[in-house]
Amino acid sequence: MTILAQRPKSLLDVPMHYCPGCGHGIVHRLMAETFDELNIADRVIGVAPVGCAVFADSYFACDMVQGAHGRGPAIATGIKRSKPGAIVFSYQGDGDLASIGMAEIVHAAVRSEKITVIFINNAIYGMTGGQMAPTTLVGQVATTAPKGRDPELQGWPINMCEMLAQITGSKYLARVAVDSPQNVIKAKQAIKKAFENQVNGVGFSMVEVLSQCPTNWHADPMKALEFVRTKMMPQYPLGVFKDEGAK
Amino acid sequence: MTEKTLRKGNEALAEGAIRAGCRFFAGYPITPQNEVPEYMSANMADAGGAFVQAESEVAAINMVYGAASTGTRSMTSSSSPGVSLKQEGITYLASADLPCLIVNVMRGGPGLGSISGAQGDYFQATRGGGNGDYHVIVLAPNSVEELGNFPKLAFDLAEKYRMPCMILADGILGQMMESMSFNFDPVDPNQLGKFDWAVDINKNGRKKNNVFSYKGDNLIADVVERAKRYGYIEKTEPRFETRQTEDCDVLLVAYGLSSRACMEAVVKGREEGLKVGLFRPITLWPFPSEALRSAAKNAKAVVCVEQSLGQLVQDVKLALNGAKPVYLNAYPAGGQPDGGTILPAVKSALNGGTEGLFDLQRHAEGFSYECKRDASLGVQGDWKGGK
Repeated sequence: MTILAQRPKSLLDVPMHYCPGCGHGIVHRLMAETFDELNIADRVIGVAPVGCAVFADSYFACDMVQGAHGRGPAIATGIKRSKPGAIVFSYQGDGDLASIGMAEIVHAAVRSEKITVIFINNAIYGMTGGQMAPTTLVGQVATTAPKGRDPELQGWPINMCEMLAQITGSKYLARVAVDSPQNVIKAKQAIKKAFENQVNGVGFSMVEVLSQCPTNWHADPMKALEFVRTKMMPQYPLGVFKDEGAK
Repeated sequence: MTEKTLRKGNEALAEGAIRAGCRFFAGYPITPQNEVPEYMSANMADAGGAFVQAESEVAAINMVYGAASTGTRSMTSSSSPGVSLKQEGITYLASADLPCLIVNVMRGGPGLGSISGAQGDYFQATRGGGNGDYHVIVLAPNSVEELGNFPKLAFDLAEKYRMPCMILADGILGQMMESMSFNFDPVDPNQLGKFDWAVDINKNGRKKNNVFSYKGDNLIADVVERAKRYGYIEKTEPRFETRQTEDCDVLLVAYGLSSRACMEAVVKGREEGLKVGLFRPITLWPFPSEALRSAAKNAKAVVCVEQSLGQLVQDVKLALNGAKPVYLNAYPAGGQPDGGTILPAVKSALNGGTEGLFDLQRHAEGFSYECKRDASLGVQGDWKGGK
């Protein structure tokens, strides 16, 4: 019997707490596969966020630091500057990265910190129960936007890849999704590229992953995937927004 | 031990930190501590370490959180409003059991306050300015000599007890120049052993390490267990200095720069026939309560001299627990004591007078206050504004 696929060594054999249909688990696996394939497992140090992925430190086999809400890029900066040989990632959600941690992500890019950021955009605050995120779509209902996000009152969703692309220090910016096998394969390629960049000392690299949140979208898993395709992708087009890795 | 040289307080502090093996510094500009990041930016790279000018004090303390997670001797420095911003990171550092050095070169507060030296952050430093039950060790230097030598002590204590250590200085101490020498050999951080809890590369098969602050169901056990360390520190680590306390009638209690003025008051007072002594806490947490009780044993009164509105005096009262009358000689928000302003308070404490003694309620005698809304200015709902 030939084993075609198995749990990557960089992912621990423990049950995850994520809701059924959530995208976090897929992204964790893609990252762990990347660590194995790039043979960097022993050099990776991760930063887990506040939010749904707060327990990510229990799932990855590498050493992990769990820090304060939004501060992942600053914590990763401290780790990377102290251990330049480490492959350091910051794993963050949309409230974490695009709201409370806006200064930290922007300035990590400005300094072109040689870190990799994995940004999970599901357009909602998950762990706290479905409040409006900076990435919540216009008209999307959230517990703090009960009538739907109204730009008059709450402004418009923020596109982080496009924004960070304006910063000279950002070197690789890609937006991917994990709604279909094809997109999962593309997501893997982008994640791998973002870590290869760090191995090669390229500079600030970030992958934004459009991810589904069936629980807080009040949708079954299939409808949640549909929401990613029909509602999120028009606001957040997939693609590579910057790739200066080859230079 | 180095030769004595003339150094500015903030520069002595920065050089002392590098000599003590600090190899990561992150900070944000704020007066009156700017010489610290400036010195670090010029010298840290040559020492083989990293200097980062952070986008904010919040980012700086979180960079320290990351660097400290790797076992690197790490520090940040700031001044009062900036240290308020760092409180988020400090409580996380305490929760994650991370050793590091935080320096507060205090200025006048509250708010943006002023850039003058002050001592208004005693509560914030000793009570834990962030959320939750925790302490940081707080060292209070009163000379450029101590500013330069305390970083070594701070890192040693922080690492011994796996907790943040703070040096609480003030703007005048940071800015003034004095002759000083370093009393320790430079530490080569590359020769320091690793910690079994730190995150690192090349794990060589050891179990994975997590540094984390979310304790969930284990929180109660975690906090109760850490409290044993706090209790042990209270028993073993209080540091203090005394001057002529054996026969004193009035015991002055002061830390940091205020204690220098008190030294003058002790000498001047004794010239006038007043038996004045001084007790100087060097660790503000742990507070040297037991030592203060014995220093005050024969005193008739205790006078706290502080550049704040009555903060240190609370610890003094707690320590003495009603055994002696405790008075306050206060210089809030950047006021400066000297021997001439302290001695009237000493005399008042002996003869029942009030000159030089500050009491909040007496301060408000005959005073009343009420802020009122005035409809003749217009009403809030009137978008056109008032008259």
